[in-house]
Amino acid sequence: MKVIINGEPREVSARTVFALLEELGLPPGRIVVEQNAAIVRRDAYQDAPVREGDILELVRIVGGG
Amino acid sequence: MDSGFSPEEGLRYSRQLILEKVGWPGQERLRAGRVLVVGAGGLGSAALFYLAAAGVGHLGLVDGDAVELSNLQRQILHRLADLGRRKVDSAREALTRLNPHCRVETFDLRLTAENVPGVVRGFDVVLDAGDNFPTRVALAEGCWREGKILVSAAVQDFSGHLMVIDPGRGTPCYRCLLPEPPPPDPGGPPLGILGAVAGVMGCLQAVETIKLLLGLPSDLATRLLAYDGLRSRFQVMDRLKTPECPLCGASGGNRQP
Ligand SMILES: [Zn+2]
Repeated sequence: MKVIINGEPREVSARTVFALLEELGLPPGRIVVEQNAAIVRRDAYQDAPVREGDILELVRIVGGG
Repeated sequence: MDSGFSPEEGLRYSRQLILEKVGWPGQERLRAGRVLVVGAGGLGSAALFYLAAAGVGHLGLVDGDAVELSNLQRQILHRLADLGRRKVDSAREALTRLNPHCRVETFDLRLTAENVPGVVRGFDVVLDAGDNFPTRVALAEGCWREGKILVSAAVQDFSGHLMVIDPGRGTPCYRCLLPEPPPPDPGGPPLGILGAVAGVMGCLQAVETIKLLLGLPSDLATRLLAYDGLRSRFQVMDRLKTPECPLCGASGGNRQP
């Protein structure tokens, strides 16, 4: 299904936020997820559904400087 | 016109003095400001240059490293002639050359959970401009417990993020965002960073710090700003307080009094 991730249209197969991060190869413990302008709580990643047309912002928490 | 500023300072700061939100009262607040910057690297170089240029009266600077050739791609406080020198010395010299009205206090050490409280005490605002997670966590925890406002930025590759953490206002803390910090130095090659991206984020840290000193509100106390240099995008999103946060949560035992 089609979603928008960080402003870019993407075709993904994951049905939950957690599965989506896995599909993208991103470590869930380091990623802040905003879905349709609302932050997803980290303990909800497993259950939060990803739907066609969702607008997702994924920010990786990094430590460099 | 002022309280003890010289004509030279009036001219030096003239372009910000004419800003309605600065003026002489604001310049006075900047001069009275005490700001600690942890890390004289890519982020700290940009932040420190602008804080000194703006006339922040007292800058503290923490870094336990010496200048290396591979630093110069992003750590613009230091020059080729500074190779091998202590970073705090090289940085203090650069800042004092830019603005001799600025007092620079240096801490040539690596921050640990033990020494953070003693270092941050006496400063109004602390900037997290470090280059590793253990230091960031130690600093964030120490600042939270000491009630110090923390302006935290980090970068990697073409990306960076920025947030303000204000224990006095009970905002979400660093650990709310990163409940399980990555293990200390997993080894392997160093991470890539585009120097100009560190500069962008360090400059944003300086802007937020100056706003704090001027008493202007910051949205970033409850939000996270993310910069994606590859896609040329800024994104600002809410931060959530984690009820079970090990630092600020109800069961954390470390809530700000
Ligand atoms: Zn917290």
